[in-house]
Amino acid sequence: MIGSIPLSDVLLASAALFVIGLAGALLRRNAIAIFLSIELMMNAANLALIGYGAALGTREGQVAVFFVIAIAAAEASVGLAIFVALFRHTETIDVNKVNLLKW
Amino acid sequence: MSGALPLWLIPALPLAGFLVNGLLGSKLGKRFVSATGVGSVGLATLVAWSRLLPYFSSDHAPAVERVATWVTAGRFTAEIAFRLDPLSALMTSFVTFVGFLIHVYSTGYMHHDETDAGYARFFAYLNLFMFSMLTLVLAQNFLLMFVGWEGVGLCSYLLIGYYYEQPFAPAAGKKAFVVNRIGDWGFLLGMFGIVFTFGTLDYDGVFNAAAADPARYAPAATLLSLCLFLGAAGKSAQVPLYVWLPDAMAGPTPVSALIHAATMVTAGVYMVTRCNVLFRLAPDAMLVVAAIGAATALLAALIGLAQNDIKKVLAYSTVSQLGYMFLACGVGAFAAGMFHVMTHAFFKACLFLGAGAVMHAMSGELDMRKMGGLKSKLPVTYWTFLIAALTIAGIPPLAGFFSKDAILAATFEGGSGIDKVLFGVGLFTAGLTAFYMFRLVSQTFLGSFRGTPEQEHHVHEAPVSMTAPLVVLAGLSIVGGFVGVPAALGGSDRFHAFLAPIFLSLAGAPETGEPGLSHATEWLLMASSVAVAAGGILLAWKWYAREGGRVPERLAAAYPGVYALVAEKFRVDELYDALFVRPFAALARFCWKVIDVLVIDGILNAGAFLVELVGDLLRFLQTGNVRNYALSFLLGVVALMLIVIGTF
Repeated sequence: MIGSIPLSDVLLASAALFVIGLAGALLRRNAIAIFLSIELMMNAANLALIGYGAALGTREGQVAVFFVIAIAAAEASVGLAIFVALFRHTETIDVNKVNLLKW
Repeated sequence: MSGALPLWLIPALPLAGFLVNGLLGSKLGKRFVSATGVGSVGLATLVAWSRLLPYFSSDHAPAVERVATWVTAGRFTAEIAFRLDPLSALMTSFVTFVGFLIHVYSTGYMHHDETDAGYARFFAYLNLFMFSMLTLVLAQNFLLMFVGWEGVGLCSYLLIGYYYEQPFAPAAGKKAFVVNRIGDWGFLLGMFGIVFTFGTLDYDGVFNAAAADPARYAPAATLLSLCLFLGAAGKSAQVPLYVWLPDAMAGPTPVSALIHAATMVTAGVYMVTRCNVLFRLAPDAMLVVAAIGAATALLAALIGLAQNDIKKVLAYSTVSQLGYMFLACGVGAFAAGMFHVMTHAFFKACLFLGAGAVMHAMSGELDMRKMGGLKSKLPVTYWTFLIAALTIAGIPPLAGFFSKDAILAATFEGGSGIDKVLFGVGLFTAGLTAFYMFRLVSQTFLGSFRGTPEQEHHVHEAPVSMTAPLVVLAGLSIVGGFVGVPAALGGSDRFHAFLAPIFLSLAGAPETGEPGLSHATEWLLMASSVAVAAGGILLAWKWYAREGGRVPERLAAAYPGVYALVAEKFRVDELYDALFVRPFAALARFCWKVIDVLVIDGILNAGAFLVELVGDLLRFLQTGNVRNYALSFLLGVVALMLIVIGTF
């Protein structure tokens, strides 16, 4: 299936997804939105890995994707737990308002 | 030697006593401490004599017993090995015996006024001293000797400062330690030189090599001998390093008797005699030894004339007698020097212990102007003290006569250009010795009592644990000289013959044989030294016992400047203070205030300030805002990628 799409197109889609995620992570103030953006960047990377794997005819790309998915799941659980705790304390998830840890 | 007890046991027993008393003594009470302290030394004495008695009657072949290899570095090795030869046998015989007597005496002397902990501390130090001293004399190489050498120095320091509540005692201990350190520096240099020259520190290795090829080693021997002599001068209180010994009297009196009269201070004479091969290869060094010895003998005797503290007189007397011993070594009469070491151990220990008994009776009074008339109240002390005083004055047939006469005869015969001068100094000093000793006896024991009524009421003879050692030592002072009766008096000088094996024969160096004087000359020398001694005794007796000290007072009043100079010990301490102590203190203060506080602390503080400053500026990067961090993260990744791309 994916083998019928040219690699350059896949990489282009992946790069586009990554830049969108990056922009979201840097520009959004809502913690959950930042979180979503980071997931987006990871999946962009996944897409690139699968594209390369298909183009080169190897399985390593797909294996790496499984690792990334597993780590993303773990990260999501920890990250969401932190946001819950954060919200209980400060009643906000605006990261601009959470800047206690500074000079 | 099968069946004989090993030599290492002799120092090991007092070491065990030290460990037990030092670690447990304060909890176990005085009775236990006395038993351990005296018992360990008593056992060591028994072990020593079980080896010495067969040895004295054997052919005097040296016995070397190796215990373990201590240091191995390349071709250099040093062993823990002990040596029994005539010299170490002689030293061990009286170190153990006199040491044991003084331990017994101490149980009486220290019993009353000390806490259990203080008593245990005292005996622990005393046992440690015995261990060190026996290691020093029994060692088979210079390195092990140095262990004992430093050990006795440490014990001396600890025991001088024993009454540490008093302001003076710790300062005196420190002074002794520092002055000894100067001497030890010389000893160390000498040892380095010996390793460099001979490649070994073993006595046999060094001395046999030097004796086998005197011409080759003679140039090095001068420097080595002078370095070693500096060590000896520090330990044995010779000019210019004698200043610590009179102050060392701040320690308890048994300590003065054992360490600062009978044994430790003679370690320098022992060491010089041990190294006689090196010294005999170096006539110039010998001349220095003789001159220093004579100068010390005279200077200390002069200072002793004007002291009023009973222990100070004895201290200067010790310095003076040590000068005699070095004079003997310097003119090549090592055996005569060792003979005087032995007799001196007996009579000077007796004198110090007698002084301790007087202090004990007089509630700690030391000023003999406040004594007098103690003869009838302290008969045992008086008679033993009198015998010892006659012995040091050199009245025949007491021990001091033979040893002092041997030194004077050897000096008269001499070998250098100035031996007649040295002899004159020696003879004059003999007269001074007799005078100050009988000034001491007259003021302390004769005349009328000059102390307070309370003191007079309190005066009592010492307990038997104190008088018994006095009697034994006085007895030894009487008979101790008969081992070395010279041929001129019909004897055979067995002492000299006994020590002969340690004097290896050297081609081209003076022998250390019998004095080559005719018997008539020797008799004349003896007569003159006895006459001088008798004159000194009679003059002191007349001035101080019969006339109550009016003549000396008039003399002191007529020449106040001279008297003050002598009474203030020629102001040598003040001179050293101005020349060395204060400049060094100033240097130390400079190092402290300028180099340490300003320079070193300054560099450190400047570094810390710089780091703090940079931190103060950089901390504003820590905004606490996650998005800033994410941005810098991105910038970092971009920078890294650019670098990676750039390298392709």
